[in-house]
Amino acid sequence: MPAVSKGDGMRGLAVFISDIRNCKSKEAEIKRINKELANIRSKFKGDKALDGYSKKKYVCKLLFIFLLGHDIDFGHMEAVNLLSSNKYTEKQIGYLFISVLVNSNSELIRLINNAIKNDLASRNPTFMCLALHCIANVGSREMGEAFAADIPRILVAGDSMDSVKQSAALCLLRLYKASPDLVPMGEWTARVVHLLNDQHMGVVTAAVSLITCLCKKNPDDFKTCVSLAVSRLSRIVSSASTDLQDYTYYFVPAPWLSVKLLRLLQCYPPPEDAAVKGRLVECLETVLNKAQEPPKSKKVQHSNAKNAILFETISLIIHYDSEPNLLVRACNQLGQFLQHRETNLRYLALESMCTLASSEFSHEAVKTHIDTVINALKTERDVSVRQRAADLLYAMCDRSNAKQIVSEMLRYLETADYAIREEIVLKVAILAEKYAVDYSWYVDTILNLIRIAGDYVSEEVWYRVLQIVTNRDDVQGYAAKTVFEALQAPACHENMVKVGGYILGEFGNLIAGDPRSSPPVQFSLLHSKFHLCSVATRALLLSTYIKFINLFPETKATIQGVLRAGSQLRNADVELQQRAVEYLTLSSVASTDVLATVLEEMPPFPERESSILAKLKRKKGPGAGSALDDGRRDPSSNDINGGMEPTPSTVSTPSPSADLLGLRAAPPPAAPPASAGAGNLLVDVFDGPAAQPSLGPTPEEAFLSELEPPAPESPMALLADPAPAADPGPEDIGPPIPEADELLNKFVCKNNGVLFENQLLQIGVKSEFRQNLGRMYLFYGNKTSVQFQNFSPTVVHPGDLQTQLAVQTKRVAAQVDGGAQVQQVLNIECLRDFLTPPLLSVRFRYGGAPQALTLKLPVTINKFFQPTEMAAQDFFQRWKQLSLPQQEAQKIFKANHPMDAEVTKAKLLGFGSALLDNVDPNPENFVGAGIIQTKALQVGCLLRLEPNAQAQMYRLTLRTSKEPVSRHLCELLAQQF
Amino acid sequence: MIKFFLMVNKQGQTRLSKYYEHVDINKRTLLETEVIKSCLSRSNEQCSFIEYKDFKLIYRQYAALFIVVGVNDTENEMAIYEFIHNFVEVLDEYFSRVSELDVSFFNTVFHSTWQMHSGPYQVLVLALEDDPTSV
Repeated sequence: MPAVSKGDGMRGLAVFISDIRNCKSKEAEIKRINKELANIRSKFKGDKALDGYSKKKYVCKLLFIFLLGHDIDFGHMEAVNLLSSNKYTEKQIGYLFISVLVNSNSELIRLINNAIKNDLASRNPTFMCLALHCIANVGSREMGEAFAADIPRILVAGDSMDSVKQSAALCLLRLYKASPDLVPMGEWTARVVHLLNDQHMGVVTAAVSLITCLCKKNPDDFKTCVSLAVSRLSRIVSSASTDLQDYTYYFVPAPWLSVKLLRLLQCYPPPEDAAVKGRLVECLETVLNKAQEPPKSKKVQHSNAKNAILFETISLIIHYDSEPNLLVRACNQLGQFLQHRETNLRYLALESMCTLASSEFSHEAVKTHIDTVINALKTERDVSVRQRAADLLYAMCDRSNAKQIVSEMLRYLETADYAIREEIVLKVAILAEKYAVDYSWYVDTILNLIRIAGDYVSEEVWYRVLQIVTNRDDVQGYAAKTVFEALQAPACHENMVKVGGYILGEFGNLIAGDPRSSPPVQFSLLHSKFHLCSVATRALLLSTYIKFINLFPETKATIQGVLRAGSQLRNADVELQQRAVEYLTLSSVASTDVLATVLEEMPPFPERESSILAKLKRKKGPGAGSALDDGRRDPSSNDINGGMEPTPSTVSTPSPSADLLGLRAAPPPAAPPASAGAGNLLVDVFDGPAAQPSLGPTPEEAFLSELEPPAPESPMALLADPAPAADPGPEDIGPPIPEADELLNKFVCKNNGVLFENQLLQIGVKSEFRQNLGRMYLFYGNKTSVQFQNFSPTVVHPGDLQTQLAVQTKRVAAQVDGGAQVQQVLNIECLRDFLTPPLLSVRFRYGGAPQALTLKLPVTINKFFQPTEMAAQDFFQRWKQLSLPQQEAQKIFKANHPMDAEVTKAKLLGFGSALLDNVDPNPENFVGAGIIQTKALQVGCLLRLEPNAQAQMYRLTLRTSKEPVSRHLCELLAQQF
Repeated sequence: MIKFFLMVNKQGQTRLSKYYEHVDINKRTLLETEVIKSCLSRSNEQCSFIEYKDFKLIYRQYAALFIVVGVNDTENEMAIYEFIHNFVEVLDEYFSRVSELDVSFFNTVFHSTWQMHSGPYQVLVLALEDDPTSV
């Protein structure tokens, strides 16, 4: 074999290399290299022209020196010269040097490209291959620009040699990956698909790689590859182990090609043609059968190659998720691997089984392996395998085995690796909540979690238990009793103190009858922990104490004593000090009735998606939630994008967990303004995933309201009250003028401008919106020279609007002089989503004649948009989550204005959503996301606008978590284009 | 999809690296250090797949030399695992009993061997036999 040292006798090189090897020190090596560099430089500069052999030898030495880590700043020209040699070895070294040391010296690039062009046109397959390899290895944009158009031609030319076709396919793949825009699609694509039929297996392998990559972008163009891939696969799978000669690896025919074909098939849905499908199912069965046959070789290489195919086959079966028989067989096969002595196989089996667990057909079959998996969790020596086992337990969990799985996971938690503790904690918390049959079990589980792994219990977990206990009165007594017992442990985690403090403060009265947990005992138990806790926990405990004063009047004196103590009243921490001072005053000033009202039990929390679930999703990233979301491996995220029609969520046993929590089925009941008005601190904390750091450092205004009872009316409503009261009733005002809608539409995407104008009056608008609040300035200009009398503009809320939108207006002067302008300020607060805008009624007397005018105030729901930036993955995940038919609104409509991308962009931004680049694979399309902020609730909105310039049409799709909002936004926005 | 291919010895010296996605030179050093660290810390009882950041490492050890392939999550672990062995067999054939020294001193040959054949991981042996220099 031709090792460089002996192959074609570059003796000088061999000597040089052995000299370097013999160098005793770094200095000696550098000295030897410098000597050699000087020698080469003089040869290159010398008068005597060098022959090809010498050039090759010196270029080789330079390359070697470079690879040892030294800079090379000459010799490029000689290397380029070698490219035009007709000797293979010289050309090869030239190309090697170029590939390794290419720099974007423009002069050189031109020469190199020229040499490559010549070689590509040479019809000498060896030279063509060298040139193609060089293009692929450099893979730069310049190379792409120069050759991307030529390579498809070489690839599909009838007279290209196999090795050339193979190299061309891989080269094209490389260029496509580097800069997809440079590779032109065209009639060659159809012919590439037919390479799957090629005689030469190397060509087929290269073509599969290329097609798998290309078809992700344009699945339709390559659709025909499915049947060809199936027939190729079938031929390989059914061939005898020696048929494929060089492509047989330890008696397994073409294992890597089989894997690639199976992967290609995962880019498409199951074949529709019954014959093709039958043939494919036969293949899959053959693979499964072969796994049961005795091995043809004892070598591990044989079984590894076989198993590689098997795992890919199972992936395809899971991808199709339509053949119950195959799914169950796959599951049984994996079950065998679970006890295999090879760790690799156990790992992969657990991993695959995790996706199987989410299929309705195989869920039950997976469950039969529960004991093995639990055993793996206990005995497996490799943390990554244990992690897989925990994932699988999580995925296979349902109502029937939840108790067993949760208790095993809790047991595992005591010894679990630190790296995965938090994740296990989250999983246990979710399973406990999801499958809780009785809530006392749930409370026990979470308290156990805190006991075992308190440090890893994140805020989301203990917030959630409080939320649930507060909302379920059947579990409150039990919870109080249990936390009381847990707190008696000599050392308990601070999180336990927090939960205990909160629960006893709310429901301590439920266990106060028992002398062992009488009020003074409860108090002294909590207070014994007080000094060991952080500021945040102490602040919480102070709130508990003031609640105790209300619950148990007999503790009042003791607690006041604690509050009065210098360590509280003069605490260095401003939050603690403030709480102590205010609570002390509250307890001494307020009457019992007032105390009872202020310190009443917390109202139930509005149902929301479990914040823990949100956290786990964030942690794992989209797609990785395995059985959490929809489990199945998504072959390509393009799928979601390609056909965006809403798919009714299939009801499978382990349906999306959000569903099981009963949250998706019914949209969260909008919190009535009453409870929202109370400004519940905790509600806020639960809201944004961990938006607020903790209970401790609360904003001052909010801190007392935490304890406030639900106010009968929201404070804002109080503010807004006087204005509507002074308004004439809706029956007094006329209907809006006919143009009102048109005028309103002008303001959907902008905030400032002229709202209305006639001969007498001009009304200008300037407005700004932030979150759920807005301020609007209306400018009324008298265009005449005569004074307007009794000028009175008022805002009217027709129908239910009053509960949805609060508008506070300031009165304006009753007289407007001729040519003068008056300004009116409106403060607007969006309480909840609304569909109709408020009306603006303007009345005045002009020259004795009464004038009345009713307009629509340009306040539409989109004004309360808060743009949200998100990555493509997040976008698709959310898009998928909003897949119920009623959550989507779609409109296809004709363009009323010239279709200009920039204008469209500006309009969408004006509409309020963020524009997300690089989400939609089609750059013509627009994708946006935002949250509509109202006081009572937030509505997440995703939108997608697809212009079709040819048809002069648009398609607009909106998905939001609230049905009327989707429709309304869709209508509003559709009128803008 | 393969993201990178590394040959690193037990001392942490990279003998060969090939990246299929752009990674800054200084980040490469860091990555290679971390990769070999995580491989060295594993015992024989552990599996050959490591979840590392957002991708997977698949490794095999030959004497003092580790071959590590970084792949994304759509790749078939077992296929890559066996592919590493296939590659080593090819080298063994080429050098008749390949050793780490061959890799470090005949880096150039490795580059050409690997570059030519890294794509279709099936044709290594064949392609080398096709090599006109051997004729």
